[in-house]
Amino acid sequence: MQGNEAIAEGALAAGIGFFGAYPITPANEIGEIMARELPRRGGVFIQMEDEIASLAAVVGASLGGLKAATATSGPGFSLMQENIGYAASTEIPCVVINVQRAGPSTGLPTGPAQGDVMQSRWGTHGDHPIIVLAPSSVSECYGLTVRAFNLSEKYRTPVILLADEAVGHMREAVGDLPALPVINRARAEVPAEWYFPYDNNLGDVPPLANFGEGYRYHVTGLFHDKSGFPTERQDEIEPWMERLFHKIEGNLDDIVQVEEEAVEDAETVLISYGGAARSARHAMNQAREKGVRVGLLRLLTLWPFAAAKVRSLSQQAIRFIVVEMNRGQMTLEVERVVAGRIPVDAVHRYDGQLINPHPIMKAIEEA
Amino acid sequence: MAMEKMPPMQYYLRSKKKFPTVWCPGCGIGIVQGGIIRGIERLRLSKDEVAMISGIGCTGRMPVYVDFNTMHTTHGRALAFATGLKLAKPGMKVLVVMGDGDAVAIGGNHFIHAARRNLDLTAIIVNNQTYGMTGGQQSPTTPLGDLATVAPYGNIDQPFDICGLAEAAGAAFVARTTAYHAVEIERFVARGIEKKGFAVIEVLSQCPVFYGRIARRQNAVEMLHWYRDNTSAEALEGKVRRGVLVDRDIPEYGDRYREIVARARGEKARRAEGGRRR
Repeated sequence: MQGNEAIAEGALAAGIGFFGAYPITPANEIGEIMARELPRRGGVFIQMEDEIASLAAVVGASLGGLKAATATSGPGFSLMQENIGYAASTEIPCVVINVQRAGPSTGLPTGPAQGDVMQSRWGTHGDHPIIVLAPSSVSECYGLTVRAFNLSEKYRTPVILLADEAVGHMREAVGDLPALPVINRARAEVPAEWYFPYDNNLGDVPPLANFGEGYRYHVTGLFHDKSGFPTERQDEIEPWMERLFHKIEGNLDDIVQVEEEAVEDAETVLISYGGAARSARHAMNQAREKGVRVGLLRLLTLWPFAAAKVRSLSQQAIRFIVVEMNRGQMTLEVERVVAGRIPVDAVHRYDGQLINPHPIMKAIEEA
Repeated sequence: MAMEKMPPMQYYLRSKKKFPTVWCPGCGIGIVQGGIIRGIERLRLSKDEVAMISGIGCTGRMPVYVDFNTMHTTHGRALAFATGLKLAKPGMKVLVVMGDGDAVAIGGNHFIHAARRNLDLTAIIVNNQTYGMTGGQQSPTTPLGDLATVAPYGNIDQPFDICGLAEAAGAAFVARTTAYHAVEIERFVARGIEKKGFAVIEVLSQCPVFYGRIARRQNAVEMLHWYRDNTSAEALEGKVRRGVLVDRDIPEYGDRYREIVARARGEKARRAEGGRRR
């Protein structure tokens, strides 16, 4: 199975009801499967006029009660930033799949890259929380897509699945895809006159009522009060903003997922994610065969950043090497957290080609 | 039904919560809002089955004041949000209110594609020929030569004909009226909602503060009189045409989609049957 196919299978397994997208390489296979499968299941596939409209339609459908997603790559992802901010502010669940290609601009449509790491965190304007997941294998494309929907429903937030061309177009044997737990958003159960879609007193995530089912409320990208109406009052804006961040930052144990390999005795720890982590693992195995104590920290959740894990590893390892297909976007984040305690070296590649294990081996041996 | 007990305006508005409005004295948007409410009341629609979606600008604020399922989205994108909602909730009546800048400048691409797709949405465009909320810049419907805050020597951009654009792009229903002709607003909105397919109702509406003042036109009353004297229900030389300009039966997108679902499911069932026989 191909990575993009596994992403589509994951979306279907999670119960997707609406997919709206605009054609773009290297994400097209996802839409092709959705166009075939969603009508069979009574769901909706629509090709929109551009990526701005795609995410807008996705958010509209989600407010109508359907689990909804779109898929794109760099140039389309840039266009989606506006409505990613809207979904974050209005707390409407949705999943944005970005199969990264080399950029900036039109870049290299068929070349893998991980240049959208910072954009996925900060691409839309204003302070906002976000969840970003990065698969490294075909089976993980499936599992993390289900997880993206689950987190999005659970926390009423947009979730970005940050795949890359290497993983999206790779084929691997996956066997039977497992049935995974599926989370659905909390529904409003109170009488309509008691319903407040942004009630800060209901914990981190107030229930979201579907439009058209008796709960008439207002949704706006303006700062809003607990009813959803625009407000300029500081005593309403601040608690809402605090909750918006707390629902993510207060649940890091649930949201942040990493995989550690051979880090217990490692002097050098490689930090990597997505397609690049496959080369990092290969290099680690080669180094171990030579008796070099190397481990791998693989980030499955890119944002929020696994700061606590990186900090604790920085107290036991002698050195980090960050391996990524960009000019050091996550390297900066690792450096920020390490704060000079140990050296942070890096292996970067950003010409639309995969990182070979060889330069990683070289970096390990240069210690 | 509670509707019987109070005047429709009070029943359908969030009358106890959200007034006064943000609109300037003399603004025509309130008249349009009144026409929309009366159109909805004519059809005896329940508040729960109606959604009103807007973009950004003065008209974009309208959903705050009406007691429906309401959504104030990003600039120009209201029709795309509405497309998703309508496909998720085909039973709802989805109204989209936009200003001229929202609908045919930043949202122009979504506008022509919504018309082409012919999904059952009702788009009401309040055309005040300016960007009021940002202080009076020229919009895609500002007449040639008019003054605006960033056209101090006169506007050189040719204006759009919104109804012509909607017709050419494939809308099933297109109508134009003005804020002076409040009863027509009500009638056209009701017909637009009833029409199966994409309906566009353009309402010329006065902005005395940021268009009239800057373009050195008249005050609100004089602008309304201009609409009275310079528009016509018949096609007349030198007059702006009002009325239902297009009303045609074109297969609606939601119906077409449901046919696709039936076809896909039929194929799936046939395959399953074939599989059993083997």
